[in-house]
Amino acid sequence: MPTSTQTFNPRRLVGIHAERVTDVSSTDYPGHYPGEDHSWSLDKFRENLTVKVQRLSQRSIDFDIVGVDASIANAFRRIMIAEVPTVCIESVYVWDNTSVIVDEVLAHRIGLVPLNIDPSLIAMKSGPHDTPTDRNTIIFKIDITCSRNPSAPKGSTEPRELYINSELLSSHLVWAPAGEQDEVFAGKPPAPTNPNIVLAKLRPGQSISMELHAVKGVGKDHAKFSPVATASYRILPHIKIKQPIPPEHAEKFQKCFSPGVIKIDPRTKQVSVDEVNVRNDTVSREVLRHPEFADKVELSRVRDYFLFNVESEGPYTPERLLPEAIKVMREKLAVIKKSAEALRDRATDGDVVMAE
Amino acid sequence: MSREGTMSSMDEENEWDLLNKKTWKGIGLADPIKTIEDKWLLLPAFLKIKGLVKQHIDSFNYFVDVDIKNIVKANNKITSDVDPRFWIKYTDIEVGLPDRNESEAIDKRVTPNECRLRDITYSAPIVVTMQYVRGKNIVQRKLCIGRLPIMLRSNKCVLTGKSEAELARMIECPLDPGGYFVVKGTEKVILVQEQLSKNRIIVETDPVKGVVQASCTSSTHGGLKSKTYVATKKGKIYLRHNSIHEDVPIVIALKALGIQSDKEILLLTAGNNEAYKNSFAVNLEDAAKLGVFTRQQALEYIGSRVKINRRVIGPRRPAWEEALEALATIVLAHVPVRGLDFRQKAIFVATMTRRVLMAVDDEKMVDDRDYVGNKRLELAGQLLALLFEDLFKTYNSNLKMAIDKVLKKPSRTNEFDAYNTMRMQGDPLTAGFVRAISTGNWSLKRFKMERAGVTHVLSRLSFISALGMMTRISSQFEKTRKVSGPRALQPSQWGVLCPSDTPEGEACGLVKNLALMTHITTDVEEEPIIRLVHMLGVEDISLSTGTEIYGPNTFVVNVNGTIIGLTRHPHRFVTQFRKLRRARRFSEFVSIYINNHHNAVHIACDGGRICRPAIIVENGRPKVTSEHIALLKKGKATFDDFLRKGLVEYLDVNEENDTYIALYEAEILPTTTHLEIEPFTLLGAVAGLIPYPHHNQSPRNTYQCAMGKQAIGAIAYNQFNRIDTLLYLSVYPQQPMVKTKTIELIGYDKLPAGQNATVAVMSYSGYDIEDALILNKASLDRGYGRCQVLRKNATLIRKYPNGTFDRLADAPVDENGQIAKKYDIVQADGLAGVGERVDPGDVYVNKQSPSNATDNTFTGQAASVPYKNTPLTYKSPVAGNIDKVLISDTENDQTLIKVLIRQTRRPELGDKFSSRHGQKGVCGLIVNQEDMPFNDQGINPDTIMNPHGFPSRMTVGKMIELLAGKAGVLTGTLQYGTAFGGSKVEDMSRILIENGFSYAGKDMLTSGITGEPMEAYVYFGPIYYQKLKHMVMDKMHARARGPRATLTRQPTEGRSREGGLRLGEMERDCLIGYGATQLLLERLMLSSDKFEVNSCSECGLMGYNGWCTYCKSSKKMVSLTIPYAAKLLFQELMAMNVVPRLVVDDA
Repeated sequence: MPTSTQTFNPRRLVGIHAERVTDVSSTDYPGHYPGEDHSWSLDKFRENLTVKVQRLSQRSIDFDIVGVDASIANAFRRIMIAEVPTVCIESVYVWDNTSVIVDEVLAHRIGLVPLNIDPSLIAMKSGPHDTPTDRNTIIFKIDITCSRNPSAPKGSTEPRELYINSELLSSHLVWAPAGEQDEVFAGKPPAPTNPNIVLAKLRPGQSISMELHAVKGVGKDHAKFSPVATASYRILPHIKIKQPIPPEHAEKFQKCFSPGVIKIDPRTKQVSVDEVNVRNDTVSREVLRHPEFADKVELSRVRDYFLFNVESEGPYTPERLLPEAIKVMREKLAVIKKSAEALRDRATDGDVVMAE
Repeated sequence: MSREGTMSSMDEENEWDLLNKKTWKGIGLADPIKTIEDKWLLLPAFLKIKGLVKQHIDSFNYFVDVDIKNIVKANNKITSDVDPRFWIKYTDIEVGLPDRNESEAIDKRVTPNECRLRDITYSAPIVVTMQYVRGKNIVQRKLCIGRLPIMLRSNKCVLTGKSEAELARMIECPLDPGGYFVVKGTEKVILVQEQLSKNRIIVETDPVKGVVQASCTSSTHGGLKSKTYVATKKGKIYLRHNSIHEDVPIVIALKALGIQSDKEILLLTAGNNEAYKNSFAVNLEDAAKLGVFTRQQALEYIGSRVKINRRVIGPRRPAWEEALEALATIVLAHVPVRGLDFRQKAIFVATMTRRVLMAVDDEKMVDDRDYVGNKRLELAGQLLALLFEDLFKTYNSNLKMAIDKVLKKPSRTNEFDAYNTMRMQGDPLTAGFVRAISTGNWSLKRFKMERAGVTHVLSRLSFISALGMMTRISSQFEKTRKVSGPRALQPSQWGVLCPSDTPEGEACGLVKNLALMTHITTDVEEEPIIRLVHMLGVEDISLSTGTEIYGPNTFVVNVNGTIIGLTRHPHRFVTQFRKLRRARRFSEFVSIYINNHHNAVHIACDGGRICRPAIIVENGRPKVTSEHIALLKKGKATFDDFLRKGLVEYLDVNEENDTYIALYEAEILPTTTHLEIEPFTLLGAVAGLIPYPHHNQSPRNTYQCAMGKQAIGAIAYNQFNRIDTLLYLSVYPQQPMVKTKTIELIGYDKLPAGQNATVAVMSYSGYDIEDALILNKASLDRGYGRCQVLRKNATLIRKYPNGTFDRLADAPVDENGQIAKKYDIVQADGLAGVGERVDPGDVYVNKQSPSNATDNTFTGQAASVPYKNTPLTYKSPVAGNIDKVLISDTENDQTLIKVLIRQTRRPELGDKFSSRHGQKGVCGLIVNQEDMPFNDQGINPDTIMNPHGFPSRMTVGKMIELLAGKAGVLTGTLQYGTAFGGSKVEDMSRILIENGFSYAGKDMLTSGITGEPMEAYVYFGPIYYQKLKHMVMDKMHARARGPRATLTRQPTEGRSREGGLRLGEMERDCLIGYGATQLLLERLMLSSDKFEVNSCSECGLMGYNGWCTYCKSSKKMVSLTIPYAAKLLFQELMAMNVVPRLVVDDA
């Protein structure tokens, strides 16, 4: 008796075989199946669409999006990585740097430090030569000198104890408010999200003095502007046991999957798929390697069941990232819509001038 | 064991009990033999006492401690031709510690790093103690006769035996191997030279000419080298030597050497072998035909053919005397002739003859020149010894002349003191050493030695390139010869020379590298060994006749190629000899082996033999046990202890033939004599970086050996304190996920050159064909592959002989009080500030030179002379930063300024990368992170590699590296890919499965562009990638217009001269074939060296300004456009009295 988790329409499944993946693209578009109506309708879409948060923590969020095409899910992923703006240090003015790390490398390291500045409070600079103002630039300062610790414990070899300021940490970035920034950022003074990032090591006599200008940007320009450590999804694994697994192989079968995915009835040694935990399977295809399980199990994944995992590294709380991505997407759609309308309205003239 | 009858159950029970009883040290009979765990630890122990470049250092130490004294002892007396009472005698010589060669210096201590930075030589004084006659007294004094460049980390180097902290204070890297010299600020290596062994008989055949010859190159401590041949010619055997005009029939030669009887000659050469006798008989007849029967006759015969080169004109000596002298001192000079006892030399010649007879009879009896046992490696110490001997002799002869000059003067006012004369000699030794090492030209007239390219600049491109250079061996064979023999891999290279590390192309197989445990011997005194051999019952050769020498069961005993005796019990003798060696009664580097083809026992104690250690096995059990290793682990034993206790011994290539070496402990048989310490030591230091090399196609390992030296990484702990001409550094180097034991031993994990990139093996975008790589832009943003290029720019602020001098000036101010942009960064001292950005065209050293610097007649005020600007300007197309500015002075008091300019580069399209498996590729496309494929964990690859790189290259090691690397990442450990061992694929797959990955290392990826899963699983995981020094920024070049060569007015050639890109012959052929005449005209003339010339249509000669100077007319002048090169050719032809006339048809 074949068992499986939920029953999904076989058309929604991506086949997982030992050496290849089949049916990767969706087929529910008009004209693919003769006599079936797959025209897009908002009602049907609404009915199928589910978004559910599975887990939320300080830094990351797991949520499911079910019932959308890969292109839509992927668009969200791409926008979260590349197009949701954040504020990062872009220009570094070095007054003094006698540390072992050279100016460019230190500047590069500082640039990668994520800041907690809400990008909505800042305007994007229009170009690299745009003059910095209190509306588009936030200034930090570093002024640090390492010296010997006069009260160091005797015999200590730890640089932390021997010296004062033996490390330049991200917490040494001091915000220098300009103009009206004092009021705008009163609630949450700009600072690195993580105060413990080691940027440089110092020894007595070495000092660093710099001015850092943070601006707003997007991840496609430089990875430092990406608000996420990563944003990705995988599609839901689906296991179908076509023939019962002999009890003597039950444990071996269980071990072929991630822990908790396969249940074994303690009494009958009957093997079944755990409907809740099947999402945790890593799809290692281990089961396909063993001849004793040949033809007894069918692996697949659900094409439109996206299990998102997003780790926030910037100013956004994890749950805010998807709405931000949608916001960006809507802006982009608005541009396209406007252009398309312009195209439609002025199509008779010949040439079309795209908006913006 | 077979048992008879039946055994009672009781007996059987007892038998079993006996087997299970713990009998010896708690081990029962049935227990499996315990294997030696971690016997590879002997390798680090070996490297600890010997270091990676021990051969260089040992050799140098031998030179400064022993050899230099021998050389002085051999040349220790100077007498005067004028005053017979005068003499100088050197009693001792001593090389001191390196010090500062500046008289006014207070702190005399000097470090190698200071020498590097200040362009001075790291050298120590050579101090002689001498006695000489002053007036009526004999005085003893010490005098420094010169300075010897000191090899780093040798006995005389200040770095030797220093702790890491002390080295850090001297700004020196503890991982630096040493073994090189610092001469005038550059690091110079004397490469190991490979040569055919000296004083040994080599038998060869020339199948084309049908010649069989035995040759022997004699080399003695006097330095004289000559080659003696015993060769067949038209069926007869002759002795040939450079000092004799004509080939001497062998019988005459032997007679001259004191063997008069034909019977004895026959016995000494052919012995009792009928075949040999038959082929030798003709030689006896030959001598008879020539009428030579007695020794006197033979000497007369030879004497009339000896080349006489005597400088001193004296009374002519009779021919036989000449012959006697030549035979005693020049022919086979290494065989000792005591008194006028030629017996030994005669036997040597007879042996050579016998070897020829053997080879004539059986062509398999020839020797193999390429056999490593017939090779000797010449090291820095030997070369320096030769150089020193030459310089010292020159010094002494010059000194003698100078002394004679003074003593010749009839009336001297004050007492003659030779000490003062010696001090006036200048510094020929110092200059000689410095010149030889810095140019690499070893031209020693005295020894007829003319060698160029002996030294090389130590390549500091990467840590590995420096290390690789120290283990390199260059061959004396010329590279153009088309013979494959010397280039082929020799089976005897096993364990001593790396089979992988050799360059491609013309030097392939000629340049080799030492394996990890190779040791090169230094000279060991011969006399004690000979005495010992006689004490072990070997009969003196001088007392034996041919019958005995070639008698059955008689073995000849050779020491360093010279026959010294006979033994009838070779095996017993050899065993006893080895026992004594293992008991350390004499040097562990003396080798002994039995040659059964020649019925000979060979003992060798000469320098330059290649050897390696092995564990001794006796009675089927290795002498090294786990207990010994435990002691080693605790640090209570060193490698030397293992040698002293006779657990381990050195085997040279010849002695290896006498052994039966088991590769693994399990393979030990009753006949096994030795056990290999670790199989991976057969590779060298550079090939040791490759993980799983035993899974790769062999040429791939060779390619990686060449490429590992070009990888950008960390070069030394003192890399930020160095100022090298060109320095490539990686910003974030990582140690490889998959290490090898070699990597740990040489310190590559501390000075790595590469990064662990997450690689997806898949095709992407089409920009990855032909090995191109796809890089992830976000990875580059985050610092992957970032590197720094530091370039040195040096200048001297000179003082000129006429009193003028260079100066530095601050930035000039124009009439508005403004400083020009290009002087932006120049500070008040005329030098750019440290940390400033240098843009193309900027001045960073504003130097000015006097305009009359070369005018030696100038006598005016030095300060008032006119100056011209001679600044250093920045030429690179991309901006850099001033990294360091150094102001110092050189040994001859010139101010030295060095400016280090740094560029920090991120990888770009066209930069070259390579894995550790000879798989290089350039970056073909840089892709945004969101477009990259990702796996279920959301991991994007850093690099995408095209799978077409695998099938033809067969670099399975790379695939296993990925698998092991992935397993290592998942478990948080580093995996090993050591050759012939390393982490097993099965274990790696198991780790992958346990962590929920596919056992094969293939992941299911999702396309970053469509968002859909990919239809194939993709091999995905970390591979260690190296960034190579070839970067687009250093190569990119294009020009529209630019400089032209003066002579031809054609565009210059080459990137450095901003040259044009040539449309060559083949391209021209294409255009001709296509018929694009106008394009041809444009490319070859109009865009190149177009020239308007006036030509006379009357006489056909060129004129100018519409005037023909030949016809004295302007009537028929026409204007032509021709290439300037053509005009030049016409004029050159005219200069050669050839008149080229331009016949203008339709002008």
